[in-house]
Amino acid sequence: MTDAALIWSYLSQEPLLWLTATLIAYFLGDSFFRRMNRQSWANPVLVAVILLSLVLWLTGTGYQTYFEGAQFVHFMLGPATVALGMPLYDNLRRVRKALAPLVAALVAGSVTAVVSVLAIGKAFGLNEVMLASLAPKSTTAPVAIGIAEGLGGEPTITAVLVLLTGIFGAIIATPLLNALGIRDWRARGFSLGVAAHGIGTARAFQVNETAGAFAGIGMGLNAVLTSIIAPLALHLFQ
Amino acid sequence: MIPALAILLSFQLVGEVATRGLGLPLPGPVLGLLLLVGSCALRPALAEMLRPVVTGLLANLSLFFVPAGVGVIAHLGQFRDDALAIVLALTVSTALAIAVGALVFAAVVRWRGGAEE
Repeated sequence: MTDAALIWSYLSQEPLLWLTATLIAYFLGDSFFRRMNRQSWANPVLVAVILLSLVLWLTGTGYQTYFEGAQFVHFMLGPATVALGMPLYDNLRRVRKALAPLVAALVAGSVTAVVSVLAIGKAFGLNEVMLASLAPKSTTAPVAIGIAEGLGGEPTITAVLVLLTGIFGAIIATPLLNALGIRDWRARGFSLGVAAHGIGTARAFQVNETAGAFAGIGMGLNAVLTSIIAPLALHLFQ
Repeated sequence: MIPALAILLSFQLVGEVATRGLGLPLPGPVLGLLLLVGSCALRPALAEMLRPVVTGLLANLSLFFVPAGVGVIAHLGQFRDDALAIVLALTVSTALAIAVGALVFAAVVRWRGGAEE
């Protein structure tokens, strides 16, 4: 048994173990998501986070130790954010053709997302760190994490709030938009992309190709706009 | 693959330096995103050169925020204390944002014309 303990003490000091565990957990989450016919509640990131949290808890491993390994994956958030410019570039023609409704809906949806979450959070007495972590919750995760860091929020809390926002938005969008009588696929997709980022965009693509493309545009534009309005809005509520 | 990755990282690097240097409110990678859109619009050949690597990155975008998500274990206590407020703020705000965005989009289309083809 000494050998096993020695091996464990080696593994628990090196990045290899937790880097591998992160990839395996995500693979399992993604397989589960596919098996559940890509339903929004079976989100692969949520499954991976739950699996990894359980493993860390069972092995008594701290988050710092885990992050030593996982930081290589975390680092990719930066270049991936830059890469989000590509779908925006691909859709520039669609953006120009529907410029007026896009800009109006972007500003309305983005301001509503940020101000309403801060207003409700403040009314219920959430502290400033939690408010700063909540403010970018409708933005795509890599950008939201960057915004939360800049605002003095807790990026790890933001990551989970962003996930939950995306999942809730993807589940509620179809019944909500039907109840409101919105039939234009561009409006349906775009508002979902602005409010519920990548998870909402994936959901929009499942329903309708045009809705999906406009959701992607909404997600990209909102990433830029929330970066600018979140600090201003947070200032109002402090 | 390496030149494309180097270009993406350079956009991020320029973004980080410019936002910090000029005190802009944007995160560096978001400025990098805008630089990418602008550069591709000016030189469409660049978009085709970057596309394979970009497609690979975006196909696995979700993986990249797993490590940050796991960080929630360090804050479970705070989540439990504020659960009701967080759940209410998050759900009401998300539903409102979807509704307001879609209604405004539809209203502007009605007002200015330009319905879906």
